[in-house]
Amino acid sequence: MAMASFHGNKINPSRFGLGQLKYFALLVPIAAFMVLPIVFIFSQSLKPLDELFLYPPTFLVHKPTFENIDRLLSLSDLTAIPATKYLFNSLIITALVVSLSLIISAMTGYALSKKQFRLRKSLFEINTIALMFVPTAVTIPQYLVVERLGLTDNYLGHMLPLLALPVGVFLIKQFVDQIPGELIEAAQMDGAKDLTVFSRIVVPIIKPAMSTVAILAFQLAWNNTETSTLYMSKETLKTFAFYLTTLSTGIENNVAGQGLAAAAALLMFVPNLIIFIVMQSRVMDTMAHSGIK
Amino acid sequence: MKQAAELLQGDKLHGPRSEPLKLRWYRKRTFRNELSAYLFLSPYLLLFTLFIVIPVLAAVGLSFTYFNTVQAPKFIGLQNYVNLLTQDSEFMMYVLPNTIKFALVVGPGGYLLSFLLAWLLAQIPRRSRTLLTLAIYSPSLTASVAMAVVWLIVFSGDSTGYLNAFLIKWGFINEPIQWTQSPHYLMPIMITVTLWNSMGVGFLAMLAGILNINPEMYEAGYIDGIRSRLQEVWYITIPSMKPQMLFGAVMAVVGTFQAGDIGVQLSGANPTPQYAGQLISNHIADYGFIRYDMGYASAVSVVLLLIIYGFSKLAWRLFGEKDGER
Repeated sequence: MAMASFHGNKINPSRFGLGQLKYFALLVPIAAFMVLPIVFIFSQSLKPLDELFLYPPTFLVHKPTFENIDRLLSLSDLTAIPATKYLFNSLIITALVVSLSLIISAMTGYALSKKQFRLRKSLFEINTIALMFVPTAVTIPQYLVVERLGLTDNYLGHMLPLLALPVGVFLIKQFVDQIPGELIEAAQMDGAKDLTVFSRIVVPIIKPAMSTVAILAFQLAWNNTETSTLYMSKETLKTFAFYLTTLSTGIENNVAGQGLAAAAALLMFVPNLIIFIVMQSRVMDTMAHSGIK
Repeated sequence: MKQAAELLQGDKLHGPRSEPLKLRWYRKRTFRNELSAYLFLSPYLLLFTLFIVIPVLAAVGLSFTYFNTVQAPKFIGLQNYVNLLTQDSEFMMYVLPNTIKFALVVGPGGYLLSFLLAWLLAQIPRRSRTLLTLAIYSPSLTASVAMAVVWLIVFSGDSTGYLNAFLIKWGFINEPIQWTQSPHYLMPIMITVTLWNSMGVGFLAMLAGILNINPEMYEAGYIDGIRSRLQEVWYITIPSMKPQMLFGAVMAVVGTFQAGDIGVQLSGANPTPQYAGQLISNHIADYGFIRYDMGYASAVSVVLLLIIYGFSKLAWRLFGEKDGER
């Protein structure tokens, strides 16, 4: 049979072939271009003071030093509050948001997929519509709600608004859909209660989806500046991401501050990167089921 | 007699499964089931209602009022919407055109780019794919505040700024350019930066979608006479991953309208210099948190939600499965 030449290159190939060179030729430069700002954050944050002042400015660092990061973590003259306090706030808030939103999304996704109740379909549809509710569009009424609930100047004000994660519920529900109903019924026949079915059978199977939601929740909480800006007036309650915004104002004309801001940006970026690297195969596993049907 | 009536009713309700005892057990079981379903759902429903449903409804409600956060909201009917259409010259002259321009380039542009990159990545073996995917996704992993730091340094307005120093060195310009303060350059910079980190969740979904297409689909396609890569993408790849394409499209729409902060972060001011980078979301923040006209800001929010909903519906129309196909 006369096969056209393009058939030779398969989607998702198992090994390298010369025919793939053209794809690499396109992808490698693009990837390099995309990664430039990240390289820049690393390089800039590791530059000693004299290199920051170099003219013309250099892209890569020559004599890397941890001076900036040291200065950032010991610094307290800017706001009288050490950067570590903001870091501490962010860590606590992020840890709680990730774990709570995971539990909540998993329970909700399971119920929406496997439980029979009257509002099942409509609730899932409402959730799918909620995927589109851009937070910025509801900032103002959300602010009023938070204020009414007395959550301003309160750690809960950072956390509660982030816990309902429509994307998380959506991804988990789609993933639970593939668990055969018979598996759950069999366990129920053996006398397993709902909570046991959920924790012993469902949760272990949906771990990939939960990892994905964990990443999304992590990014949301860790990168979050809005709740600090809007709901917190006490400086000691604000997050590290917010602190970074205070460092970045005016850095265009403040070369010494650039190293500091870059060091803070680095501290923001590295945890995101590590978590994504560790969990990337699970993420891809989840995403295969993420379609909207 | 009574029993017979009950039996009959049971028949009507649940079909022919009708000894009363079994029926009662069945009802009890479904009731229990519903109850446990709601127990599982309750934390989410509570938070979802508090922080999503109520705010959306409140936005709609407040949009019909004048509300300055000090006095109680005063009902003024459609006044805010009328003002938005007739009085707010900044909105009509800058904010709306900017938003449309920004959304048209960043939305479809970012979407096509993420599909193209996902497709290219699917053509290479696993190990190198993982590495390149990470590189391409890395800007999206970076918080926008961290990104702003990078861009502020790169686009710094004096001659020590990276871009200025580079352009001066190669003789493209003689004078440093105030990139982020210049109404001329702010929008292009915003678009570039947003495209840079537009490879979000949708990109990952599309990549996974392409990788999970059954190879037999392609074999069947070749037998049916598909003759080029382009035909292959159009007739097999895209139709086979419609659900992921739709998810990606919805995420792209949301991401596009969410990205509004970047202009304010780069220029350090709201409104941005001469409204050059002012988008709807900045306009909302401007009226809500700077001028404290919450009613008006809410009306703008409602318009924004409607625009997003409209675009998502459009995506639905393009990629949603028809009912017959399910």
